[in-house]
Order: sequence, then structure tokens, then C-alpha cells
Amino acid sequence: MLLAILTISLMAGLFGLILGYAAVRFKVDGYPLVDQIDALLPQTQCGQCTYPGCRPYAEAIANGEAPINQCPPGGQATIVALADLLDTDVLELNAEHGEHPEIPLVAVIDEQTCIGCTLCIQACPVDAILGASKRMHTVIAGECTGCKLCLPPCPVDCIEMLPVAQTIDDWKWAMPQGIGELAHGG
Amino acid sequence: MAAERHSLHRFHGGLQLDGHKAESLARPLREASLPPRLYLPLRQHIGDPNLPLVEVGNRVRKGDIVAASASLICASVHAPSSGTVSAIEPQPVAHPSGQADLCIVIEVDGDDEAAPAEPVDTGKLEPAELIEKICRAGIVGLGGAAFPTSPKLSRARAHRVETLIINGVECEPYITCDDILMRNFADEVLRGVAYLQQILAPDTTQIGIEDNKPEAIAAMSRALAANPLAQTEIVPVPTIYPAGGEKQLIQILTGREIPHGRLAFDIGLLCHNVGTCVAIARAFERGEPLLSRIVTISGDNVAAPANFEVRLGTPIAHLIELAGGYLDGDKVHLVMGGPMMGFSLASDAVPIVKASNCILAMRDATIPRAVGPHEECIRCSKCTEVCPANLLPQQLYWHARARNFERTREYHLFDCIECGCCSAVCPSRIPLVQYYRAAKSEIRAAERAQYRSDRARARFEFREKRLAQKKQREEERRRQKREALRRKREGDAAAAPAEDPVQAALERVKARKQRATQDELS
Amino acid sequence: MNPAASPPSVASGRTLQRFMLQVIVALLPGTLIYAWFFGPGVLVNIALAVIFALAFEAAILKLRARPVTTQLADLSAVVAAWLFALCLPMHAPWWLVLVGIGFTMIAGKHLYGGLGFNPFNPAMVGYVVLLISFPVEMTTWYLPYTLGGERLGLLDSLAYSFGLADVAQWDALTSATPLDRLKTELGQGLSVEQLRSAPLFGRLAGAGWEWVALGWLAGGVWLLATGTIRWHIPASLLLAVFAIASLLHLVDPASYASPLFHLLSGAVVIGAFFIATDPVTAATTDRGRLLYGAMIGLLTYTIRAWGGYPDGIAFAVLLANMCVPLIDYYTQPRVYGDS
Repeated sequence: MLLAILTISLMAGLFGLILGYAAVRFKVDGYPLVDQIDALLPQTQCGQCTYPGCRPYAEAIANGEAPINQCPPGGQATIVALADLLDTDVLELNAEHGEHPEIPLVAVIDEQTCIGCTLCIQACPVDAILGASKRMHTVIAGECTGCKLCLPPCPVDCIEMLPVAQTIDDWKWAMPQGIGELAHGG
Repeated sequence: MAAERHSLHRFHGGLQLDGHKAESLARPLREASLPPRLYLPLRQHIGDPNLPLVEVGNRVRKGDIVAASASLICASVHAPSSGTVSAIEPQPVAHPSGQADLCIVIEVDGDDEAAPAEPVDTGKLEPAELIEKICRAGIVGLGGAAFPTSPKLSRARAHRVETLIINGVECEPYITCDDILMRNFADEVLRGVAYLQQILAPDTTQIGIEDNKPEAIAAMSRALAANPLAQTEIVPVPTIYPAGGEKQLIQILTGREIPHGRLAFDIGLLCHNVGTCVAIARAFERGEPLLSRIVTISGDNVAAPANFEVRLGTPIAHLIELAGGYLDGDKVHLVMGGPMMGFSLASDAVPIVKASNCILAMRDATIPRAVGPHEECIRCSKCTEVCPANLLPQQLYWHARARNFERTREYHLFDCIECGCCSAVCPSRIPLVQYYRAAKSEIRAAERAQYRSDRARARFEFREKRLAQKKQREEERRRQKREALRRKREGDAAAAPAEDPVQAALERVKARKQRATQDELS
Repeated sequence: MNPAASPPSVASGRTLQRFMLQVIVALLPGTLIYAWFFGPGVLVNIALAVIFALAFEAAILKLRARPVTTQLADLSAVVAAWLFALCLPMHAPWWLVLVGIGFTMIAGKHLYGGLGFNPFNPAMVGYVVLLISFPVEMTTWYLPYTLGGERLGLLDSLAYSFGLADVAQWDALTSATPLDRLKTELGQGLSVEQLRSAPLFGRLAGAGWEWVALGWLAGGVWLLATGTIRWHIPASLLLAVFAIASLLHLVDPASYASPLFHLLSGAVVIGAFFIATDPVTAATTDRGRLLYGAMIGLLTYTIRAWGGYPDGIAFAVLLANMCVPLIDYYTQPRVYGDS
């Protein structure tokens, strides 16, 4: 009896020591959850999730304050990636926050109509609009995330959201279909 | 002779295929007539597309440069014949998507008037200058990949090239354009090789030719015997697909493998196609840019398969006509390139580009994968046996199909050369290569999206920081203002309670002005 | 519509159907020798199994809304049924075949997603279920006609299968298989030499059975020659059995039968060429296949010598099936460009 207790305690102590050592020796400095979530968000900075930018939304998700289905630009792919990272259920995109655009959008300023008020420049979260007071403005198409935040402030409604022009380089080979996928009405 | 002493190596897998070479070799090489219109796509190789240098209505002469790019990986486009630029607009191009892309359309006048040629005095120029000439001549690899030749040469020069390999293997069935080129222009091929030797100064040069082309080997050997080149040998290589792949040919000739993510010149080797050598020779000797190439027209649905010297931009329909037309016009399946790696074309309006080595007109029935879904994989691993990169094609397939792209990378998806051996042997007729191409394009699209979102994040964070700094500066200024005011008031109260209030107000204004100038200066 | 029919634009002529047909053809010599020695019962079993299997396959494909005719035409169900039927005693009641094939097709194949997705060899799943559930029916074997002196006709076999005849009249012909005898009588203290002199044990590994095994071997060699299967699994499996049997036979010949007996008795040969090589459930890399075959060989011998069953191929194959993902993962070949 005594021997058994002694053996068990000794083993427990030994394994405890090994585990303790391993915890120190093999410690992984996983980069914080917020960064990992932020890396999955599309960085449109559009605020459609009701948070002022992608990082604040990432913080809210990390703190459990927001569900993972509030990002329309990311769409279902982002939701799946987030669910995978956080090990939660995959949700449908919450339609209250908007629809996922199939082709990314880019803002285009009608330069004839623009009065040079700089309001859109102040609204752009990624500094993608170039211009000065009383001078015509233009969008740097390559930097525009298609967030639409420049639309409301424009007093003359001269900004339009257009789908990004698709070239041959954007074309993707389609996944073939197996006999099984066909049956599921794919 | 030298060839017999050469010890060859093997690569993993590969296939013995029916050559189907005799069909197009039965007729001699012919020059294709000029079509009424030439279509020159601006995007003919990887890297940025070229920009047009002409406008609609401009008259161009044969050899005039019509499009170029400032990018590092560049090859200009020249007018293959004289005429008028009638449009710069989207036209069907040779691309698996079947989409249209921007082309310069030249209405051919038939005079074929040439721009004055400037032959290159190769003896007087430095290698770097010769490379510049090759760039101006718009020369790309004519083996089918169409990678611009000049950046390849200048990057290789930065390394030391021990062995220059000239690729005359042409391992894909049906294609015979290199074969007929070597038979007809062996001297020019060797002169091109000599120029490459001048540029690269390799220790040795090996010209690999598949042993199913005895006439080409004989012609090249005769030419080499007549004008010997230092340390140059012609090496017949066994006929096994894909021996003509750059990596495989290097493995056969040298026994060496190119490490992951590196290029041939990283291990002191460089590969060029025989057609490219002829293009270089012509560019230097005649001062003629790349205006035409030899194209094989073959397949079981064309009346008289043959090889043609074709002006770039010639629509395929024009060539099919020259080759006697279709046998069964209702059931045509057009392929650009060989049957293993080529892609299907949506129409015969597509023009010949620098990369077009072969046009196959097949009957629909010959194309095994034209219709219907494939059967399921039974893990028989025939694909693994034939893979020249020694990959596990079926693991790649399972993960690609499950869209588990991270895993496909772990299984070396990007080492796949898309040779099609695995698809060809699959008993379930799974289009494996298409799975890999689909997976690759998804991964590349995701990488582009990631790049964009990283950039957007950086810009957003920078803007946040800038706004925060601005706010902080403003607050600091307000605080200083309040501080100054308070100190002033305290000082006033202590020193001169009975002072003239008007004087005090003036003083304040003066002080404020002073501060403003200071602020402006700072 | 994507105009791009996927490359390559050449047909190989290799199809699933042809692959399965080759396996069936390769099974013919062994099957015919089997029928010659032990009567046409085995043919009845095969016929019943094939009919039931096709019926099950068609019904399940219909339920799963899959194209029925194309998938029946791949003949995979026929191969599975054939192999399953060869595992049964030569005179098995029809319902035994039905139950076994039901497990083979439903639990062994389609519950996992059908052809290509099943981790376990379906025929072995069906067989093992029967072996555990119906031990009496599954161990009622018969003498070869060379010993029993009587050859049953096709009608007799059919009558037996459908319970239309009085089975007691054939009791005199029932007999344990050589492996059964070896197992039970070694346990009772007899030595291998004493046993081997019994006529049941034939010249090499059991009267009749040794010839059947040679029939499988002929078919297997043909499969190798046509490139339908590769040598890795059969070679390593046979070598493993041979090696461990030789070793133990050398150490103690009285308790361990000769390597030749082990190779040619029971299901080792058919297992090596036809069962373990089922591509769906076998390892896929070259080195993996060597490992997989050796594992089955060693497990089979272990079960025979020290386990509860006289033969062990079925269990060995199923156990090895479980290890396949692990084996495949750790035996990946060196990729071009690896240093």
C-alpha cells in the first residue's frame, strides 16, 4: 500500500518535472491572436463590420465581442478561415453588413464633376485618393480597396464604384469535376 | 564520334509515346503566304504586357517596332510585314481562357516593304551590347515557353555558365518544327550557337537531339564537321517523353538536378532552343528582328500536315487553309502546342504568336477528355511511376480537389512541370494537370490578394499613425498656448496691476504674432 | 463554357474497366483449378456473389444519385465479389453470400464514398464479418476429389447452395483445410512431420490447395508482366512469409511448418497478388508498398502461428490498411530538386 502510494507520487513528481521542463524548453511564442485574425481579414478598412477598420474588428473577435460573420468584403472564404483559426462553427455572412462582391470594386472619380473639396481624401482609410483643395482629385486604382467610404462625403456624387477590370492574367483554370461532384448538382 | 563517348543519365518516369512525326515531315518546309490581316497580341510572354508604339492609321514597314515594354523582362514586337495599323483592340488570342486580349491589327498591303536592316558587327561589340541587340530584336525562347531571351542571358552572365545546352529534343508527339529547322538550317543553328558562346563563354556546349531524328542529327553533324566549334558536341538522347523539358534534358546530359526554386544558371548551366539560335543568328547577320517562326500544322483532322515558315500574327485559319483545310470541319478540336502540354483553342481566328510551335487540328473523338466528368481515383499510382519530377501526383490531386492548397504546396505542387504524363496514364481519365493548374492559379490569386491586403494594412496603419501624430501635435500646441496664457496672466497680476489695459492688449497681440511666426518657421 | 478540354489530348487506352478485366482474367486459372479439385461450388459462389454485388452496387448508386451504368461498367464490384467468393468455403449457403456481399458493398465500400474512397479492402471486410459471425458455416470445407473420390456436379452445388438437398449425404466429404489441421493438431502435441504424412497435406502444402495456389501464382505473374500490378507488394509479402517461416522452421522444425508449406497453403499467394495489391487500399509509394507487403506477410504468419485463426491474410490486410496513410506519409519519394 505504502509502496504503491510512494511509487505513484514519485512518478507524478517525475512527470510533473518533465512537463514543467518541456513547457519552458519548448515554449512557442505564438504571435497574438489579434494579429492572426487581422492577417485573415481583407484589410479593406471599410467599416462595414461596424468597427473602425479591420484591426479593431480583429480585436473585437479576439475578445469574443463580435461574431466572425460581419465582413462582407472577405465573404465566406474569410469566415471559413476565421472559423478554422478559432475552431468555431462556420456561419453564414450576416446580410445586415452587406453583400460580398464577386469581383472586387474600385472607386473611380468623374474628374469633370469633381469640385476639389478634399472630403473624400479625408475619408479614404488607405490614402488612395490624390488631390488638393480646389484641385481635381483622382483615385490611385492600385491602392483602392473598394471600401466605398469615399461615397457618402462627396457633395456632388462624382465617385462611382466599378468592378476591377479582369484581364487574361486574372483568369483561373477551373477545377475539373469528378463523377461524384456532378451528382450533387455542382 | 564524340556523341558515342557521352555517358547519358536517366530521369524518373516518363513515357514512350506514339511520335506521329511522319505526317508533317512528309512534306517539305514551305513559306506561308501573307494573310490579309496580322494580329499582334501585346501580351506574348510573362512579365508586363508591351505598350503599343503605333497609332491607328500609322503605316508600318516590315521590321518596324510596334510595341515594347520598359520592364526588365521584355521582348519587343515588330511588324512582320508592311501595311497600315487598322485597329488596336481586343481580339481572340492564344490563351486557354479563350478570352480576347489587346492586339495591334495590321492591314497588310502586300508590298512586304522592309525597314532598313542594320546587321550587327558582332566582332566589335561587348556581350552586354549583344544582349541588348537580342532584346531589341524581340527574341524569346522558341521552344514553346516564350521566355524573353535577353534577360535570361544577362542573368546567366552574372553567374558562370559551365555548360551551354542547346535543346533540339522536341519530345512531344506531332511537333516537327525543330526537326525541320535543323534539317534545313543546321548552319544557322550553329552560327547562333557560336554567338551564344561568344556571349556566355561556356566551357562546353552540348546539343541534345532525340534519337528519333536521325536526319536532323546527320545534318547538324555535317554542319559541325564543316565549321567546327570549340568544345561543342552533338548528343543523341533517347526518345522518351518529356526528355525535351529543360530540367529533364539537363538531367539526361549532366546527371544534375536544379534545386528547388533555383534556375539552371544557378548551377552553371543554360538551355536554349535551336529555334532561338537561328533567330539570334538572323538578328545579328541580317539585322532582322523576330518576324516569323516555323509552325507545325498537324493532327488527324487536317488534309495535308506540314511545316510552315509563318509570319507572326497570321491567323490559324489561314494556315489550315494552306494545309489543305479540315477533313471534318464540324468536329474540329484545335490545340496550340503538342498533345501533351498544349491547350485547346476556342477558334481558328487566333493568331500565331512567338510561342506557337505547333497547331493540332484533331477530331473531337480523338480528344479523350473533351466531355464529361472523370471517374474516381483508385490510387493505382501509375501517375507516380511516370512523373518525371518524382512527385506524388495522386496526393496532389486529392489535396487540390479538396482545395487544401497548403497541402498541395507541401507535396511540391510548384515543382510540377505540367508535362501531362500523369493525366495520360490515368485509368480513371482524371485531368490531373488541370487540377494542378487550377490549384496553382488559386494559390497565385490568393497570393496577389494577400499582397494587396498587406499593402492596404500598411497604408491604413501609416495613416492612423499620421492622424494620431497630427492630433498629438495639435493638442501639444493648445497646451502650450494655455500654459503661456496662464503664465502671462500670473506675471501681469504680480508685476503691474495698475498698467494700462490698452497697452497690455497690444502686447498680447504682438506676442501672438511672434508665436505664429515661430510656429510657421518650425 | 470553358472551351479548354483538359490536356493531354491523347488517349492512353488505359481504363478502369480494362484494369479490372485484367484482374478477372488473371483470376481465371486459379479459379478453374479450384473448381477442378473441389467441384463447381466455387463457381456457384462466384456467380451468386457477382449478381448480388452488382445488385447492391446499382441500388446504392441509385440511392446516392450517381450515374449507375458507368460505374457498374467499371467492373470493380465484380472483382470485389469474385475475391470475396474465393474466400468462402466451396459450398456455402446462398444467404451467407448475400450477407457477406452486403457488408462488402455497403459497409466496405459505399459508406466510405464508393470506389476509391474506402480505406479497407471491401472483400476482406465482408469475409471477416462472416468469419466472426458464422464460424460453423465458414469452416465447413470439403476434400478435393482426389481424396474424397467423388466429384460433385453443378446441380449438386446449386442444390446445396439453395438448401434444396439433404446436406448430410456429403458429410463424409467434409474436412478441415490443411491449415486448420495444422493449427488444431499442433496444439494437441503432434509434430509437423507426423502431420505432413497425412494425405490431406499433399506433396507441398495440401492436396489440391497447392495446385490452386500455383494457379494464382500464374495469374499473378501475368498481372506483373502486363504491368497491371507492380512487384513491390507481392515480392515483399512473399519474402516476409518465407523469411520468418524459414527462420522458425530452422529453429524448431517440429512445431513450425516449412516455408514452402506456408507460402503455398491458405491464401498467401492469392493474397500477395490479388488482395494486398488492391490499389485503393494499399500503400502508394514504392517504399511504402515494400513496407506494406512485408507487414502483411509478418502479420499473416503471426496470426497463423500464434493467433486464434488458422489463416491470417484477411486480418493482416485489414490491419495493414489502417497503417496505409501513415506509411504513405513517411515514405514519400525524394522529389526532383531535393538536395
